[in-house]
Amino acid sequence: MTAPVESYQIYAVTAGILFSMGLAGLFLCGHFFKKIIATKILGTAVFLLFISLAKRDFVEFADPVPHAMVITGIVVAVSAGAFALALARRIWNETGRSTFEDSQ
Amino acid sequence: MNGELTTLFPALTVITPITGAVVVFLLPARLRARAGLPAAGFTVAAAILLAWGVVTEGAVRHELGGWGAPLGIDLHADGLSSVFVLMTAAIGLLVSFYAKPFFALAGEKGGASELFWPLWLFLWASLNGLFLSSDLFNLYVTIEVMGLAAVALAVLSGRPPALVAGLRYLLAALGGSMAYLMGVALVYGEVSTLDLGLVSEAVEGSPAIRVAFGLMIAGLLVKTAVFPLHFWLPAAHSSAQAPVSAILSALVVKASFYLILRLWVDVFDVAVTVAAGQALGVLGSAAVIWGSYQALRQRRLKLMVAHSTVGQIGYMFLLFPLITIGYREAADAPWLAHAWTGGIYQALAHGFAKASMFLAVGVFVLAVGNDDRRSIGDLVARLPMTTFALALAGISLIGLPPSGGFVAKWMLLKATFSSGQWWWAPVILTGSFLTAGYVFMVLRQAFAPAGKPIELNPVPRTMEVTALLLGATAILIGLRAEEVLILLDVGAPFDEAVEAGEGGEP
Repeated sequence: MTAPVESYQIYAVTAGILFSMGLAGLFLCGHFFKKIIATKILGTAVFLLFISLAKRDFVEFADPVPHAMVITGIVVAVSAGAFALALARRIWNETGRSTFEDSQ
Repeated sequence: MNGELTTLFPALTVITPITGAVVVFLLPARLRARAGLPAAGFTVAAAILLAWGVVTEGAVRHELGGWGAPLGIDLHADGLSSVFVLMTAAIGLLVSFYAKPFFALAGEKGGASELFWPLWLFLWASLNGLFLSSDLFNLYVTIEVMGLAAVALAVLSGRPPALVAGLRYLLAALGGSMAYLMGVALVYGEVSTLDLGLVSEAVEGSPAIRVAFGLMIAGLLVKTAVFPLHFWLPAAHSSAQAPVSAILSALVVKASFYLILRLWVDVFDVAVTVAAGQALGVLGSAAVIWGSYQALRQRRLKLMVAHSTVGQIGYMFLLFPLITIGYREAADAPWLAHAWTGGIYQALAHGFAKASMFLAVGVFVLAVGNDDRRSIGDLVARLPMTTFALALAGISLIGLPPSGGFVAKWMLLKATFSSGQWWWAPVILTGSFLTAGYVFMVLRQAFAPAGKPIELNPVPRTMEVTALLLGATAILIGLRAEEVLILLDVGAPFDEAVEAGEGGEP
């Protein structure tokens, strides 16, 4: 049974689509919360690509190194997300703003 | 690997500030400043040991945990990384001396001043880690730690403008580092290794590698705030407190510049094209003109200095088109070494000058109470030392001899003509004229007699002295260029030509 497309390639392409979605969200959405979610989508895209590359066509078994990197990356992404949320909440409490536009 | 000496020095340079940060953080708030300065001192000592090791032994390497590449993570120090580590140490130490009295005063007005020391030491550790890492993923981790610590420092005052600017900075930094990491994933998929040395041996100019290289460079350009991706910088750097502004402008943007340079020259040289080099040169030129012009238009001094950073970063990017043409045909072409030295000198000179300028403006703000350009009348008589520091820093930014900025701009100019890319020369000169415009505008105000006698708040002496020392260093590195070049020479990509070019030192 030889599939015309390896399953890891489907994941890799999905990662590319997610990455574009995250990038678009980061630039086009106004609300702080939507922008922060967009960075999470960006992160998910990158991690998905790492994981899918672990099962490239020329390796016999799943390559463990990308998994180690994704674990580290998730830790970093969680703390960055928490920090961004804390900042956004503090801005909301102090000024009532939720976008960059009405700051000027 | 490569018969390079394996020593503990690179690891020590990273471990010392991390240990310092943790210890300082665990101390009660009132003791932190007292413990922060010794921690900074130890970090500087480690940096000097490392540089000494590189000068005497050549490039050194440390395999963390004894694993070694390809599976383990290596730290690697050559001339380029030691120069940046030393610059961080010198500026970091002086800013630390400035920060102690500054936050003692600022702490009375609220904000989270007691967190400055742990955050700054974490930032220092991530900077040293970034300059020394020899692993694409480890570099991502240091970039992320650097971004988080830098944003946390920028919002330390807790005032709404700083918070909004900080969030914008954080989102830009996260987007940038995700693009970088996407590139790392593609590189790993292609060559199955992350060590810089092994990657550079394995890469070919395949489409996947080109896309990966493009993503990594684009992500780092956001973090370096190159025009038109500088949108986050002026607000974030100008709304931070003075020592933090100095650290952000002088050191943090240099770290991502260093990484672009490292990837461009050492790792992905097969994926580099002449067009890509010209594109970076165009962005740099636009930054020089736009940033300097905006600086000229600002009323608030801190915003002026922040916009000036955008312009001065642009100069550093003129290095890329100059080292990309003729790179493969004639590796010993004279302009390669000139451009290389000029670009790195620009990073050094701007670091010292901009730190001095932000610290000097911080003194003005403390003395006068605001940073409007028109309210600093007669300060040359009242705060002569700080005005002198500002003037010295300005001379280096303009590029007047014999400053470090002059060496940088002179080398870049020489390289533009000898490589036949004369079209960058008008940019360099126009940028200098615009810079002279805003520097002299501030000095004119400082020399002008004040309308009515103003009451100045007292300023601790240490703050004035550190600003002056930084300004003086920005000049001195122009006079003592050879010592810097000896260090920079270790493992330089264009080393033969550097020695030949040294005779032509201005």
